[in-house]
Amino acid sequence: MIREERTPQSEKAAPHSGPCIVSEGLGAWYGSLQALRNISMSILAKRVTAVIGPSGCGKSTFIRCLNRMHEVVPAARVSGKVLLDGEDVYAPGVDPVEVRRRVGMVFQKPNPFPTMSVFDNVAAGLKLNGLRAPGGLAERVEKALRQAALWDEVKDKLKQGGAALSGGQQQRLCIARALAVEPEVLLMDEPCSSLDPIATARIEDLVRELCDRYTIVIVTHNMQQAARVSDMTAFFLMGQDRAGELIEYGETQQVFTNPKDERTEAYITGRFG
Amino acid sequence: MIASARTHARRKATNYIMIALCGLATLAAVGVLLLVVGYTLLQGIAYLNLGFVTQTARPLGEPGGGMRHEIVGTIVLVGLASALGIPVGLLAGTYLSEFGGRVGSVVRLVADVLTGIPSVVVGIFVYVVLVRPMGTFSALSGAVALAIIMLPVVARTTEEMMKLVPQTYREAALALGIPRWRVIVSVVVPGAMVGIVTGSMLALARIAGETAPLIFTALGNRFGFAGLDEPIAALPLQIWRYAVSPYDTWHQQAWAAAFLLVMLVLVISVLVRWLTAWRRG
Repeated sequence: MIREERTPQSEKAAPHSGPCIVSEGLGAWYGSLQALRNISMSILAKRVTAVIGPSGCGKSTFIRCLNRMHEVVPAARVSGKVLLDGEDVYAPGVDPVEVRRRVGMVFQKPNPFPTMSVFDNVAAGLKLNGLRAPGGLAERVEKALRQAALWDEVKDKLKQGGAALSGGQQQRLCIARALAVEPEVLLMDEPCSSLDPIATARIEDLVRELCDRYTIVIVTHNMQQAARVSDMTAFFLMGQDRAGELIEYGETQQVFTNPKDERTEAYITGRFG
Repeated sequence: MIASARTHARRKATNYIMIALCGLATLAAVGVLLLVVGYTLLQGIAYLNLGFVTQTARPLGEPGGGMRHEIVGTIVLVGLASALGIPVGLLAGTYLSEFGGRVGSVVRLVADVLTGIPSVVVGIFVYVVLVRPMGTFSALSGAVALAIIMLPVVARTTEEMMKLVPQTYREAALALGIPRWRVIVSVVVPGAMVGIVTGSMLALARIAGETAPLIFTALGNRFGFAGLDEPIAALPLQIWRYAVSPYDTWHQQAWAAAFLLVMLVLVISVLVRWLTAWRRG
């Protein structure tokens, strides 16, 4: 089923594109529990990279390491390197706040700020950072909402609360919110897992459009989704001690049609996971 | 699965009984409030007029007179105590909720113990550390005593309310590259605002009725507000003095003052809620 699916985006991926984020020997812990071991992979600029694998294999932990959100959890720590445009984001003296401005994130559950209007939600990243938007805040908000394919639906209710929107709209609002600070990379942690198929399709279309301008890393449980939206696919699996490991990483078409590792094949053909 | 008719009937009956019990309990809770307010009103009705609010006390035997000094005194005391207690409580609660750690659990324990300390003990404490050195009873020492009573209540409710703000909102804000202090100020506090206001109002209502600590600190003053370093009158103090007196007219005035006190707390509470709701848009 998956093998027959059209993956036109892989054709686009063919011309070489430079790495944007490179992880080198990345390990992550929650207290004494190791969640990731020795992840080394380079994520290509302006491509969509899907991270797939069974529950608990460290997919989310991995992308949270990329923008230093992992350390927000108490007792969490990281080893190894994450190079963003060649600079280690874990080097001493690097401000995690600065990293997160360059690497935006969309979460599993839509989480627009409940006390803010639609407009303020999108403007939050700029306003609360005290950043000035050249051309004005309103223009930047409109641009972000247009990029997130939400402008037409909310242009008349910018003053209303963000929580009044539908689930799919809320998630696109969160995408707009992340885009408004103009990051280089957008990390998406199962962005469709709480949405219905129609809302999911809209987000997937959006991901394809956005990869012209942004480097996107999307974690998904849904293998068809990975096949549909991504150029590159990384397959993670839990090791013996429950630490996540990178099993296979390559062009999506190759990973889905001709996996090099038998565990990848077993997973994508649905024999486990 | 379909339950048998008998099981079904039993479940229905249990359901009705439990709903009825809940209803009765609610009625009892609200009923007590109505009884207290109603009885107070009934007993004090003879004195409840505009003069009671605008006039000062008359000598015993003269009819009329009012509680102007006491009302002003209570407003000054409660206002000053809130100005001292609420900001400190808010910051302490923020620390407990957002930074806490091991120090936090110690602070939390201390705050809980402080909540349980009888207010009369707080009064004696302030008498020793403030009234004695100052050489006089004063509005300031009264306010400090009330603020101490207020502090742990505000701190703990602020903490609890801020903890109720889901972690996902903090993460969303942090992931936008917003510094942590700004996340707390602009995302967590607004999310917890309604609860924080409610908690602060409860604390305020509690100190507005405190009598014991004021005996050792504010003392009372029949001649009106004379500065923060002078003794000051307060409604609960006057209610207590009048209530333990042997005179019927004073008893009535005590009832009327008690009703006034309840109304004062109610008005402040409604006003603050209205203001915060209005500011939130």
